[in-house]
Amino acid sequence: MKLGVLFSGGKDSVYATYVSKKYGHEIECLISIFSKNKESFMFHTPAVEKTKIQASSMNVPILIQRTDGKKEDELTDLRDAIKKAKNKFKIDGVVTGAIKSVYQASRIQRICDELGLVCFNPLWQKDEEIYLEELVKNKFKIILTGVFAFPFDEKWIGREIDKKFIDEIKTLNKKYKIHVAGEGGEYETFVVDCPLFSRPLNVVGKKILKEGENSFRLEVEVK
Amino acid sequence: MILIVSLCKEKMHELEFVRPIEKIVSSTGNEVVVCGYDKIKNSDLKNASGVILSGTSLDDFEYLENAKNFLWLKNFKKPVLGICAGMQAIGLVFSGRLVDDKYIGLSEINFKETFLGLNGKNKVYFLHNKSIMLPEGFAQFDNGNFPMAFKHKTKKIYGVLFHPEVYNHELLKEFVKTSQKT
Repeated sequence: MKLGVLFSGGKDSVYATYVSKKYGHEIECLISIFSKNKESFMFHTPAVEKTKIQASSMNVPILIQRTDGKKEDELTDLRDAIKKAKNKFKIDGVVTGAIKSVYQASRIQRICDELGLVCFNPLWQKDEEIYLEELVKNKFKIILTGVFAFPFDEKWIGREIDKKFIDEIKTLNKKYKIHVAGEGGEYETFVVDCPLFSRPLNVVGKKILKEGENSFRLEVEVK
Repeated sequence: MILIVSLCKEKMHELEFVRPIEKIVSSTGNEVVVCGYDKIKNSDLKNASGVILSGTSLDDFEYLENAKNFLWLKNFKKPVLGICAGMQAIGLVFSGRLVDDKYIGLSEINFKETFLGLNGKNKVYFLHNKSIMLPEGFAQFDNGNFPMAFKHKTKKIYGVLFHPEVYNHELLKEFVKTSQKT
């Protein structure tokens, strides 16, 4: 099936792309939404502009849609982007990286239904610990580009998801109910290498922005 | 052993509609076997203590065109739970009629009486384009225009239009317990 992937550049959308290819689907395009609203309910915002470099490394065209990020306007912008992808790339369906968010998944399901597209959520309800272990096993190199919950601090920014990280996040889950895969928006990620990339991305600049007591964002420049 | 019957046409949709059920049933310590609806063998049915029929994606109606694959349900004596598309398949075998009825997202059901451990008001997740009219010989457990939860009056055949693998995992665990008692 010819598919378009809703793509933020974080671990979930990149892994959903990887799984789709494993199942024999053709990835015709990536669809990225640039939201001005950093608190967006629908889209992960950090590092989203770097998705163009990821797309180029995957040799897949990327369709960019900008949105002001007002709650329901975001959906209109998302619908427009998916419609454009359907017309331009003749996709039959859309893939998302949704794991637990019924809010996100049901809205995308409605848009796909309205546009006559098949909706795939290959990570839906996936066990979060197994998922992180799969990412490491499948040679995904992922860094944290944002942390937004207690007890995270600046030291977590830029860290790689590896075995040590998984052990520590499991402890935080037990102690502070932090979702292991960051599904509660506790942390956000950016994929710098994975089997889909023709070459690893090179992080050349880093700037950490403090947004609150336990809230930090990383601005990276990649080449 | 619990047999999970996949109603998905697309293999990748099993990650979404079958694996989550498998994960919950496995967490009860029961063995799970997964099989496509068109590949069920008599030995699978014989070895199962209960059977769960999965849901599928909104656009997938292939299972409806192959309703003959579910005729075994007529004479099956062990517990069966149909989820969404699975409920529709049960309804068709027992002469229910399909109707267009769409709902995507969270809603609430008020159970009139206990249904696989659920009572009163419960938050549920729906993802369907069709519903099934109450088939003859079945009782409806909610007050909806079309049944959102039904059970055969004399057999342990259950159907839910909502997705308990998303919300209400305990319903699946209760079904497994019911299967073990049979």
